Amino acid sequence: MNAFLALIGRDLRLAIRQGSAVGTALGFYLVAVSIIPLGLGPDLNLLSRIAPGILWISFLLSAVLSVDALFQEDRDDGSLDALFIGPLPAELIAASKSLAHWVTTCLPLIVITPLAGLLLNIEPASLPKLLAALLAGTAGISFVAGAGAALTLGLRKGALLLPLLILPLFTPFLIFGVGAMAASPGAFEQSILLLFALSVFSVAAMPFAAALALRLGLE
Amino acid sequence: MGGLRGNGTGNTSLAKIEPLGNLNHQLKKTEGVKAIVAEGLACQRGGYTVVSGVSFELRAGSALALRGPNGSGKTTLLRTIAGFLPPSAGRVHVRPAASGADEGYFHYIGHTNGTKPRLSVIENVSFWQRYYSGAADIEVAEAALDAFGLLNLAGFNAGHLSQGQARRLGLARLLAASRPVWLLDEPSVSLDASSTRLLERAIALHLSSGGLAIVSTHLDLALPESQVLELGAASSALQ
Amino acid sequence: MSGLSEPQSTGLWRIAALANPSAFMRLSGKFLPWLAALTAILFAAGLTMAFRAPPDYQQGETVRIMFIHVPAAWLSMACYSLIAISSAGYLIWRHPLADVSAKAAAPIGATFTLLALITGSLWGKPMWGAYWVWDARLTSVLILFFLYLGLIALRQAIDEPGRAGRAAAILSLIGAVNIPIIKFSVNWWNTLHQPASVIRAGGPTIHPALLMPLLVMAIAFTVLFIALHMKAMRAEILRRRCEAMIAIHVRGDGRQAQPDGTAVSHV
Repeated sequence: MNAFLALIGRDLRLAIRQGSAVGTALGFYLVAVSIIPLGLGPDLNLLSRIAPGILWISFLLSAVLSVDALFQEDRDDGSLDALFIGPLPAELIAASKSLAHWVTTCLPLIVITPLAGLLLNIEPASLPKLLAALLAGTAGISFVAGAGAALTLGLRKGALLLPLLILPLFTPFLIFGVGAMAASPGAFEQSILLLFALSVFSVAAMPFAAALALRLGLE
Repeated sequence: MGGLRGNGTGNTSLAKIEPLGNLNHQLKKTEGVKAIVAEGLACQRGGYTVVSGVSFELRAGSALALRGPNGSGKTTLLRTIAGFLPPSAGRVHVRPAASGADEGYFHYIGHTNGTKPRLSVIENVSFWQRYYSGAADIEVAEAALDAFGLLNLAGFNAGHLSQGQARRLGLARLLAASRPVWLLDEPSVSLDASSTRLLERAIALHLSSGGLAIVSTHLDLALPESQVLELGAASSALQ
Repeated sequence: MSGLSEPQSTGLWRIAALANPSAFMRLSGKFLPWLAALTAILFAAGLTMAFRAPPDYQQGETVRIMFIHVPAAWLSMACYSLIAISSAGYLIWRHPLADVSAKAAAPIGATFTLLALITGSLWGKPMWGAYWVWDARLTSVLILFFLYLGLIALRQAIDEPGRAGRAAAILSLIGAVNIPIIKFSVNWWNTLHQPASVIRAGGPTIHPALLMPLLVMAIAFTVLFIALHMKAMRAEILRRRCEAMIAIHVRGDGRQAQPDGTAVSHV
């Protein structure tokens, strides 16, 4: 347990000291959101109708692009070897990394979502629902992305492989995340529950896949 | 407190060798392993067998030096012993001293240091200490830094360190948290002569308190009580 | 995480004796011509029945596309299941044939999926008025197509064959676990956005006169898949042997290291 906390603490501290990584993710999120109206035209009615979808999509893209380096740096500087040989099983190492990603990337993105929503003329009343959905689902997103990062660890074949692998797996999160905003009765409650269930499942299962993949990268 | 105080300029000349006070307590914990035994070990890398027929028995308090040209499989062998990859034949196992043995036998130092440039020197060492032993003991951490001549740089970010200093920082975790078997892959690369003496002293201390070490090196590294394993073309012969 | 490792080869040795690649090559070599003939016969029969079947009162002649679309969709799912099972076998027992099976199946599955997508789109155009309307079932098939692409891309991206095989295996298992979730969510998404009274392609029930040809076509497609898969596995085994021979030749004399016959990744 101490080792787990020590590892998360280190990653959080590193993320804070290297503010640029988080800042870049936030910047990308805003750019991705802004491109849409530029492409579609500033029809405010249209934008406010599609705002939740655009926000979720931009969120997923930001998450997937920021997870690439999750294990890479540790592998390059030899920390990953040293972590493996320590008391934590590989599953917990992977889990701690995904958890750190959630805290350092997903949470700031959630905080900035109202601002991004402003750009899309989102209905203020739907913001709390959107934020609730993000909170319920993003833990799962970080853990699925973590498994993807472990699989592609050390590959220098371009930054697009990881998104290609992970985005299809994000589909349920996206569907239920936007579904939470639907007008039909009970849609919100049902979606939140499903998102939460997805997150719990991912948090429990993904570290095992990630650990298997990490071992491959160690050899 | 005890321990060696470096002189303030950061150069590594040894004034005198003193027992490292705080570390003695740490080093007692190295009596965890009686021996490490390899039988007919073979290792593969990328589908190719790079090492085969390795057998040795290393007892507590002694070291094994791995020698051989580049590409002879020293790194692969060390990584197999560490458990990063499974052997393709034979086996290697540890004989623990006590029966209810705890899991963590190894320290592994590879070609890179495992240090983070944005953490300070002391933070780097303290992290590994907390990670490996579950507790933060600042005096032991400082003593570990001191043993490698880095104590007066404790507050600086590791990113400022020279290559040799960074290597010493990577090595410092060997003393910050105690583990019976040290697996060292070319540990003295980028170390100057006096730093190498610091490393030798640390290894000597480790061995004298019952630890074991397997060290691959193509430089001159004085290892007390050591066997030598030559890796190379044919099957590996223990000398 | 200590170095207490057992070698992989003992378990492999026993299973390898059961179904080693050479035995596979011998057996498949005998079976394949028969399978090919059977495929041809089944397709001939199935297509004949398909064209003799009565046209649908609602969709007219275009319903005949169903006889290709539905089996193709079924096979695309079955193929992924095969990949998942092979992958599990590879991860647990490290049997090289399992890796060959998974690797050979992926492009075939992707092709069947693409076939299902195209025929589904053509089938829908007269009814929906557009080639692609994000119908729930076709959307699920589209995502399945992406999962196949991911498997192929991941394998291509990793140079070392052992790691590539195991990484693809892990990914296929992640995908297998996610597929039911994805299907569920896509269905949910579809009912959310379209009212229930949409005319669903194919109708809620299949007329019995169409059932027989459909079954025959389904069997024909299955046998086709088995034949293609077997052929692809043979090609992959031969390719690996070529690689091994090239490697031995290039690495040359005097050098101890050579690709290991009992190694995990080479057959």
